[in-house]
Amino acid sequence: MKPTRFIDLVPHIVLIVGVLIFAYPIYVTLIGSTWDSGTIGRGGLPLWPGGQGLDNYAQAWAGEAGARAKYTPVRTMMLNSLIMALAIALGKIAISILSAYAVAFFRFPLRMAFFWLIFITLMLPVEVRIIPTYKVVADLGLINTYAGLAIPLIASATATLLFRQFFLTIPDELLEAAKIDGAGPVRFFIDVVLPLSRTNIAALFVILFIYGWNQYLWPLLVTSSGDMETIVTGITKMIGTGESANDWNLIMATTVLAMLPPVAVVVFMQRWFVKGLVDSEK
Amino acid sequence: MATVEIRDVRKSYGPVDAIKGIDIAIRDGEFLVLLGPSGCGKSTLLRMVAGLEGITGGEIAIGGRVVNTLEPKDRDIAMVFQNYALYPHMTVFDNMAYGLKIRGIPKAEIRARVDKAAEILELGRFLDRRPSQLSGGQRQRVAMGRAIVREPAAFLFDEPLSNLDAKLRTQMRVEIKRLQDRLRITSLYVTHDQVEAMTLADRILVMNHGVAEQIGTPLEVYQRPASLFVAGFIGSPPMNVLDGRIDDRGEAVLVPGGQRLPLPQPRPTDAGRPVKLGIRPEHMAVAAEGFSIEIELVEALGADTVVYGRLPDGETLLVRMAGIPTVRERDRMTVAPQADALHLFDAVSGRRME
Ligand SMILES: Nc1ncnc2c1ncn2[C@@H]1O[C@H](COP(=O)(O)OP(=O)(O)O)[C@@H](O)[C@H]1O
Ligand SMILES: [Mg+2]
Repeated sequence: MKPTRFIDLVPHIVLIVGVLIFAYPIYVTLIGSTWDSGTIGRGGLPLWPGGQGLDNYAQAWAGEAGARAKYTPVRTMMLNSLIMALAIALGKIAISILSAYAVAFFRFPLRMAFFWLIFITLMLPVEVRIIPTYKVVADLGLINTYAGLAIPLIASATATLLFRQFFLTIPDELLEAAKIDGAGPVRFFIDVVLPLSRTNIAALFVILFIYGWNQYLWPLLVTSSGDMETIVTGITKMIGTGESANDWNLIMATTVLAMLPPVAVVVFMQRWFVKGLVDSEK
Repeated sequence: MATVEIRDVRKSYGPVDAIKGIDIAIRDGEFLVLLGPSGCGKSTLLRMVAGLEGITGGEIAIGGRVVNTLEPKDRDIAMVFQNYALYPHMTVFDNMAYGLKIRGIPKAEIRARVDKAAEILELGRFLDRRPSQLSGGQRQRVAMGRAIVREPAAFLFDEPLSNLDAKLRTQMRVEIKRLQDRLRITSLYVTHDQVEAMTLADRILVMNHGVAEQIGTPLEVYQRPASLFVAGFIGSPPMNVLDGRIDDRGEAVLVPGGQRLPLPQPRPTDAGRPVKLGIRPEHMAVAAEGFSIEIELVEALGADTVVYGRLPDGETLLVRMAGIPTVRERDRMTVAPQADALHLFDAVSGRRME
């Protein structure tokens, strides 16, 4: 018994240490958001909550300005980020599941050529094609629009590949049975493929939502007006260049607020795809 | 209810000819079994009837209507797949109802048809379950239910029992037989299992390398196999095949080792001709004179016994005797075929000599 106990203990200790290391900065942020900027500015942040929490959050959420600088209110930035992240996640899923469906289930001329074309874009991340993309978006007049924020990031070779691999595991006989039952390609997609993919969709949604939420470089380029600011770029703009002191209390409150939607998505979708895993079958 | 006619149907995959011209007219309500070894083209032929595979040459007609270019859904057929192909995310009810829903059949009638099929197949208790919550045999029944509710012109089965264990397979075989007696729907049934073929079929089409070796009732195929291939494929243990020669008067077959087996009818025109001689193990019996064999192996199956004997020239000879063994390994015994149980095949083509 004893050696087993010990072996059980080791992973737990490692996990707990890991959690502490990851959780500590978040804890500091959380504490920081409850003190006034003076306390933080002096460099002597206590490790227990202060009394300024409500004020800080209210000001960050709705306020136009901190003590020293002018910001876009967090509620605007969060709405922008939410729209962008949802558009990217849902757009990527919609486009990639349809292209994967085409590549996996249909024989058409140049099928493999299209497949490789999609595959090749994997090698070109956003950063590499950012200048031509910017040019196209600017010419289309999409600067400072939600479309400009989301559309260039929607094409996704990764998700297409993932769905294709999953579709290849759906037995041919299922498609044939549906054909004999009278289901055409659209019905088969809606009635069979989509429900069978729900676990994959849920997992991808989590990953892609966070991917969209955390976008930095692209929103920085295509937004210039304050009311199109996203939260990730917004936070960095709140941190000054050193000419004036920063409103650390507001920055930390904003940071905590910025973490909430991704956390909510993970928590909510986790229940969803655990459910999917439990009654999923092939 | 319909006839299915297959007229000189061919299928090529590039340079490979999978089906090399098959002709058969299946009568209304008939149960036709396509029997043959794996890879002989049974599934291909069935899938061409279903519309899942293009037809390279020839014509297929269901209920008198040529269907070569029709989509599967327009052919009025239902199919049962080897791996059942049930929709995993749908309940048993929805699995059976799906084809009817798509065809726009009213809800009440769908309900009635599914309930009736569920009653016939004893699936009533499982209608709300998912396929994953059913045993193999139950899934198989759902797959059949899905076919039955459609009330199609023809059923197509592709090795529907081969994923079941031996005992369930026997049970389901009986159930399919009962169902067929009750519904009388024209059926094409693919299998490589001769027992299934013998018990279920009205007629069997024995296939080999994309051609029909023989078409006939189970007893015809057993009693008068049209070729050496059919003779070897039907019957268990398989038929003994010996090299022989018809004697100069055309009255008997001579086999190596000096045996002379008189023919039931003399064949003067074949005098001197080399032949293959087929004798089923169950048509051999202990005799005063005949083949002298040394017993190598005795298989006691309970109801009967299979004896593997070696002839003086080294050939193996199988003998099947009723009851429990009365001989032992390394004994010698003498056996002779029943007089009317000789099958003669052409030594070169392997075709039956009538
Ligand atoms: N899609 C295909 N492409 C090429 N050859 C095929 C294809 N499908 C079947 N075949 C060939 O056709 C022959 C018959 O196959 P099949 O009808 O599946 O045999 P069976 O069902 O009797 O086992 C086999 O030799 C197989 O290799
Ligand atoms: Mg097959």
